[in-house]
Amino acid sequence: MAANAARWMRRNLFATPLQGLATLALAACLGAAAAPVLDWAVLSADWSGERRTDCTGGGACWVFIGARLGQFVYGFYPEAARWRVDLAAALVVAAGLVFAVPRLSRRGTVFGVCLVVAMVAAGALLAGGAIGLPAVSSRQWGGLMLTLVITVAGLAAAFPLGVLLALGRRSDMPVVRALCVAFIELWRGVPLITVLFMASVMLPLFLPEGAEVDRLLRALIGVSLFAAAYMAEVVRGGLQAVPRGQAEAAMALGLGYWRTMASVILPQALRHVIPGLINTVIGLFKDTTLVLVIGMFDFLGVVQVALTDPEWLGFALEGYVFAGLVYWIVCFGLSRLSLAIERRGAGAARGNSL
Amino acid sequence: MTMPAVEMTDIHKWFGSHHALRGIGLTVAAGERVVVCGPSGSGKSTLVRCINGLETFDEGRLSVNGIELADDPATLRRVRRSVGMVFQQFNLFPHLTVLENLCLAPVRAGGVARREAEDRARRYLERVRIPEQADKYPGQLSGGQQQRVAIARALCMEPAIMLFDEPTSALDPEMIKEVLDVIVELAGDGRTMICVTHEMGLARAMADRIVFMDEGRIVEAAAPDVFFTAPSSSRARLFLSRILHH
Amino acid sequence: MPRRGRSTVRPRALLWQALVLASAIALAAWLVSNTLDNLARRGIASGFGFLDSGAGFGIAMSLVEYSEASTFGRAFLVGLLNTLLVSAIGIVAATVLGFAIGVARVSSNWLLARLAGAYVETLRNIPLLLQIFFWYFAVLRALPAPGRSLELGGAIFLNNRGLYLPSGDFGTAIPTVVVGCAALLVAGLLMRRRPVAYGGAGALIVVLFVAALTADWQAPELRGFNFTGGLVVMPELVALAVALASYTAAFIAEVVRAGIQAVPRGQVEAARALALSRRDVMRLVVLPQAMRLIVPPLTNQYLNLTKNSSLAAAIAYPDLVSVFAGTVLNITGQAVEVIALTMAVYLAISLAIAAAMNLYNRSVAPRGA
Repeated sequence: MAANAARWMRRNLFATPLQGLATLALAACLGAAAAPVLDWAVLSADWSGERRTDCTGGGACWVFIGARLGQFVYGFYPEAARWRVDLAAALVVAAGLVFAVPRLSRRGTVFGVCLVVAMVAAGALLAGGAIGLPAVSSRQWGGLMLTLVITVAGLAAAFPLGVLLALGRRSDMPVVRALCVAFIELWRGVPLITVLFMASVMLPLFLPEGAEVDRLLRALIGVSLFAAAYMAEVVRGGLQAVPRGQAEAAMALGLGYWRTMASVILPQALRHVIPGLINTVIGLFKDTTLVLVIGMFDFLGVVQVALTDPEWLGFALEGYVFAGLVYWIVCFGLSRLSLAIERRGAGAARGNSL
Repeated sequence: MTMPAVEMTDIHKWFGSHHALRGIGLTVAAGERVVVCGPSGSGKSTLVRCINGLETFDEGRLSVNGIELADDPATLRRVRRSVGMVFQQFNLFPHLTVLENLCLAPVRAGGVARREAEDRARRYLERVRIPEQADKYPGQLSGGQQQRVAIARALCMEPAIMLFDEPTSALDPEMIKEVLDVIVELAGDGRTMICVTHEMGLARAMADRIVFMDEGRIVEAAAPDVFFTAPSSSRARLFLSRILHH
Repeated sequence: MPRRGRSTVRPRALLWQALVLASAIALAAWLVSNTLDNLARRGIASGFGFLDSGAGFGIAMSLVEYSEASTFGRAFLVGLLNTLLVSAIGIVAATVLGFAIGVARVSSNWLLARLAGAYVETLRNIPLLLQIFFWYFAVLRALPAPGRSLELGGAIFLNNRGLYLPSGDFGTAIPTVVVGCAALLVAGLLMRRRPVAYGGAGALIVVLFVAALTADWQAPELRGFNFTGGLVVMPELVALAVALASYTAAFIAEVVRAGIQAVPRGQVEAARALALSRRDVMRLVVLPQAMRLIVPPLTNQYLNLTKNSSLAAAIAYPDLVSVFAGTVLNITGQAVEVIALTMAVYLAISLAIAAAMNLYNRSVAPRGA
């Protein structure tokens, strides 16, 4: 055992004198950096308490995070009504899990329907007003909850639109193709901030007098159009990977265009690009931070606001480390998921070839 | 007694849990020409790739021209300067011309001056009978021509030992002969040659010894006339009956 | 894609397209009429005439002459140049850093490879805006006051007011550089052999060095509470450039890694069998082949960096979005023109880079059968 470890170290760390030197230098830097970081973040840090005065250790003041955690997660949502947020989240997660149910026939349709129902119910719960619950204006939505609302709703709108755009871009009809190409390249060529500005400032101009569009809805429309363009390109890659013969066989069997797409081509195309789609999801999740620029307070936004609280000045580092950690966990988790699916898919594909 | 070109003692290698080489013991004398054959999966490629360090072995000892093979890069480079290899997939460098492919290693690893390297390259291109292709890119040549360039490239380092890993297995049938002719002609140079191949005609034409492997072991080693007419092991007999029918 | 039969289905395709076109036009017409209505109701002007009116506001940093009396058009130019500036700095830094980390990731040194991997996985999964805030609020704000700046060589100072660099008057040096470059170009064309490329690059560095020495340098000096003289780089630019560069470098590292690993293993084996050193294998065999696979996604990352520079609006760095789609839009209220112009600029940059990419792809199409 020890001999194996020694041999591994010699080959991978100390292969040549220069390599050995590099290894030692890196290890030294790592050690020198790790010690004060560990001290600040864990050993000298303060974990429990209520007020600023509880931070005496000289290290990180995690009390700050704990004290404002409610706001970080729920934004400005009234405390008494926070159960509605939890319930809405549970509904959407449950609908999401439907997708993973084994041996489900017509999985795509069932999942789609469940998701739509769950999202409508969640929306009603969050907004209130209609179903007998007190209304909570979208201005009070914030924090992690708002980030998730934008991500999920944005994706739910962007995905079908993206698929349609991808199909349109490969269409034989020049008018349809030209419109789709123009649409896709427009949204892909401009920064998301300009799209958000456009949605928040120009949308009221586009609509007739009196039509009031909720702020959040404007942001959602901007985000959805933007994400749809990127998804369209990802799906298009998948469509190109499906062999021509598939469509030909379907036509020979007498299936029409939409039926061919839905039952034969798209399932194969989408399976090819799951990693690409998940990448788009990760990108969208990170991009929700931009709504701060149009005056909405997502997760990063409420952390940023908390940093300006006079009672808690000077804890910028703690705030950003905490926010960074949360974002990192979600995004890294999603990318690992994508890798796992890719690996499983590759194995399955190999198994399927006759 | 002159030092053997290759000396392998009790070599074992595992790929994960698969025992690829089981106690290989082989001594190749300087100037000897050996053909290694056997069914697929028998470990013939692995054995040959151990000789120039492209595969590492887990147990045993291997020395090439007196140099013990070890894990450190300096030893490996020393060994590789005197061992040339020709691959099944040619592995020519597509972004360099034929001439540049041939000159790269002598200049960068052999310490040869550029002018002299070019002269040497053109000489070997003549030897493999395609001197006019010097300024073309590999992608513009046929498979047979590419493999001959690959042979010339290995020769440009003027190695003492030449290894061939199934040199004709990736070629279209009509191009196999031109490559085999070159190899047979090289065999007359007195260089040590170890060739993994299915082409028994090559073995008959140039081998001093045929080494037959099966399931990671050397089953039989004999001179060609003995091996082809009266193999002593049943597995060798089975193998020969399968491949010599056409 | 199923091709429709030509004779029978043609009229249906035409009908569909006519319908789509008609709906698109109808939608556009409706939007336009609403917009004109709303604009009129709010008393907002139309057209691009506003570009000639006086701006009336100051901009913290500008590469060309600008004052409060300048026009909105000038403000647009200032913003555009600031965007290009931070993008250029970011692209150069990100490329250097990204290539280094990408190569490190495929290094045979386990520790180096893992550290590079950790860098990539950390920075890729944290939103860019958060990284910008981190550098701007947590790092730069925490720097000491000018009196106690961090200094390098007595000529470069870093404090919470910005980065202070020596400024040089290159008046006399410019002719030297130009003549030197011209001479090198001529020599290179005449000799046309590869060693000259390396020699030429070396000579260029010497020429630049000489030019740098002969220029008239002026180091920043501490007077009272602040520095005078020299070149001051505002902290917003520093934070934005650092964040953009380090973030994009993580993505570039991935692109480089993927390109290197896509080179067939046989190439590496053949090169090593020829006794080439590890460095020569990478430099002469792997990287040249990898570059063909790296360049297209690399330019995509450059494009992303340029678009991401628009996040400057969040920390008040006066880039195009911040100045034009921010301040100017607020003052004039002409949202449609301003935003359309801003988007058009970014679209133009995107299309230019896509066109350059197409040219490159065509020129390196694999030679041969």
